[in-house]
Amino acid sequence: MCGIAGIIHRGKSTNVGGEMQKMLQSLKHRGPDSTGYALYGSGKSKDYILRFKVGENVGEGSSAIMEDVSLYDLRKEEVNKKIEEAGGKILKEEQITAYSFRYIISCNDDLLDLAKKIETVEMTEILSLGKSLELIKDLGDAKVVADQYSLNNFMGTHGIGHTRMATESGVDIRSAHPYWAYPFSDVAVVHNGQLTNYWNNRRALERKGMRFMSSCDSELIAVYLANKIRDGKDLEDAMNSSLLDLDGVFTYMVATKDKLGMAKDHMAAKPMVLYESDELVVLASEEVAIRSLLPHEIDTYDPYEGEVKVWQA
Amino acid sequence: MASITKSEHKSYGMGLHDEVLTGRTQQTFFNPEENENFFYHDAYKVDFNKRTVIDVEKLQCLELNKKIKELMKRGYGTIVLKNPGAKHSLGVGILQKLNLIVEGSLGYFGVGSIDGPVVRISGRVGWSCAENMMSGKVVIEKNAGSCFGAAIRGGDLICKGSVGARSGIDMKGGTIIIGGDAGAFTGFMMQRGRIIICGDVGPNLGDSLYDGTIFVGGSIKSLGADAVEAEMTDLDVNWLKRKLKVAEIDKKIDFSKMTKIVSGKKLWNYDNLEPSERKGAI
Repeated sequence: MCGIAGIIHRGKSTNVGGEMQKMLQSLKHRGPDSTGYALYGSGKSKDYILRFKVGENVGEGSSAIMEDVSLYDLRKEEVNKKIEEAGGKILKEEQITAYSFRYIISCNDDLLDLAKKIETVEMTEILSLGKSLELIKDLGDAKVVADQYSLNNFMGTHGIGHTRMATESGVDIRSAHPYWAYPFSDVAVVHNGQLTNYWNNRRALERKGMRFMSSCDSELIAVYLANKIRDGKDLEDAMNSSLLDLDGVFTYMVATKDKLGMAKDHMAAKPMVLYESDELVVLASEEVAIRSLLPHEIDTYDPYEGEVKVWQA
Repeated sequence: MASITKSEHKSYGMGLHDEVLTGRTQQTFFNPEENENFFYHDAYKVDFNKRTVIDVEKLQCLELNKKIKELMKRGYGTIVLKNPGAKHSLGVGILQKLNLIVEGSLGYFGVGSIDGPVVRISGRVGWSCAENMMSGKVVIEKNAGSCFGAAIRGGDLICKGSVGARSGIDMKGGTIIIGGDAGAFTGFMMQRGRIIICGDVGPNLGDSLYDGTIFVGGSIKSLGADAVEAEMTDLDVNWLKRKLKVAEIDKKIDFSKMTKIVSGKKLWNYDNLEPSERKGAI
C-alpha cells in the first residue's frame, strides 16, 4: 500500500509545494518509509534545473549501506567535471543535504549524453533534469522531507507526490518515488500497485537502451512511458498503451511540463479519488488528502477501470 | 410492518421462497413478529427526538465511535456528525436503531458492520461503505468508492450517485441501489440479495455469482462468468418501482426495459451441504 496525490492549477501558479505537503502528510498512514515530490515551477527559464544525489540517506530505517561522507564531495566534483565535458555550464550550485544537490545549468538539449556522463560517477543518480520539474525524494514523512528540502513555499502550477510503504525493494532514496522518465526533461511518475510482468518489460526496454536505476517496479512505468514518447507517441497514447502492456494492479500519475495525467488498470483494484473544477484538479489515493486542501462541500468521484485522463495546466 | 402477512409477500410470487437450497445456504426468512430481528439484547433505548451534534474535526475514528455509543446509552436517537473530513471507519458497529446524519463525506469502511440504524450521508463515501451491514438503511447523496456494500447481509444501501468497482462483492442479502453508474465486477461472487443500477455498468457484471439478482437500467459493458440475462416479470417491475420510491431516487426509468441478470448456476464449484451432512454422505 502506497499513497499518491497530485494537483494541477489551470493557468495559475500557487504554493504547490505547501499543498502537496498537506496532501501527502494526510496519506502518511499509507506509506511511512519515504516521501517524494515532483513539483513544477514556472518553466520559463532557458536553463535546466538538475537535481541529483551522490549517496544515500543512511539514517534510521534505511536499508542503504553506510559510506564515508567525504566521498560525497569527491563525487560532486566528478559530476561537475562531467557536466563540463558534456558542454554544460553550472550557473548555480546548491547543496541541500550531504548527498543531495540542486544545480542550475546551461547545456544543449542532448540530455541523454549529459545524463549518461553524470551517472558514470559512482553512486550518482539524477533525480530530475528539466526546465520546470524539481524532483525531491527522501526517507521520512511528507513534513520531514518538505522541511529538509524547503518545499513548503514552492511556487508552481502542478505537482505529484508519493508516500511509500516499501514492499518489494529496500527503504532507500533509490527505491522512492517519483521516478523521472529518463532522459526526457520534465516527465515524472508516481505509482500505487504491483506490476506482475516487470521483468519481461524491463528486459525488453533494456534491450532498447533504456536505463533502470532501481529494482522497483514503479520505475518501469516511467521508463515505459519515456520509451513510448521517444517513439513519437503523445502522453495520452503512451498511457493508453501502458494499460495493455503492463500487467498487474496499479494506479499511476504522470506529470509533464504542463500536464498531469492518471491511469487506472482494468481491474480497478487500486484506489483513486478525483475532484475537478474550472480552477484546479486534485486527485489522491484517498479523499482525506483532498479534504486537507478543500474542506468545504465538493463533489468527488472514483475514475473507472481502464480510464486514462490528462489535464492541462 | 406488523400488518404484512406471509401471503402478502411479493417475494413468494417471485419464486424467491421456492428455490431448492439446502444446508448452509438455506434461507431463513424475516419474520416481522420477532423482536430479536430488530434489537440486540444489550441495545440502548433511544428517543429519536433526542438529538445532538458531534464535530468530528478534532476526533479520531475510535473516539468518535465510542462517543456515538455513549450518546446512545444516554438515550440520544438522532446524532448529527459535522466535519467528518472523509476520515476512515466512522460510525461502524452500530447494532441498534439510530438516526445517524453525516454532514459531509466519509472515508474507507464508513458505517461498516451496522445492524439497524438509518444513516444519511450528504457527501461521498470511500471504499467498502457499509461492509457487512445486517439491517437498516443507508442513503448516500453523492458518489461512492469501490467495494460498495461488500458482503452485506440485509438492509437497504442506497447511493444516489455513481459507485466504483466490485460493488456488492460477496453480498449475502439485502438490496443495493445505485442511482448512477457502477464499475467493473459489480456483484462479483454475490450469493443472495439484489442490486439495482439505474445507469450503466462496467465489464464483468455479476462475475461468478452464486445467486441473487441484478437489475440494470443502462448499458452493460460485459457479463462475467456464469452471469446470464433473465426475463423481467411484472412482479419485478412492481418491486423495482416500490424500491426506487423508497430509495428516493427520482429518475424516469422504464422498468420493463431494465435488464435482469441472474446466475446461470453452471459454475458452482462448491457444495451446499453442511459439514455434518457431508460427513453423512461419505
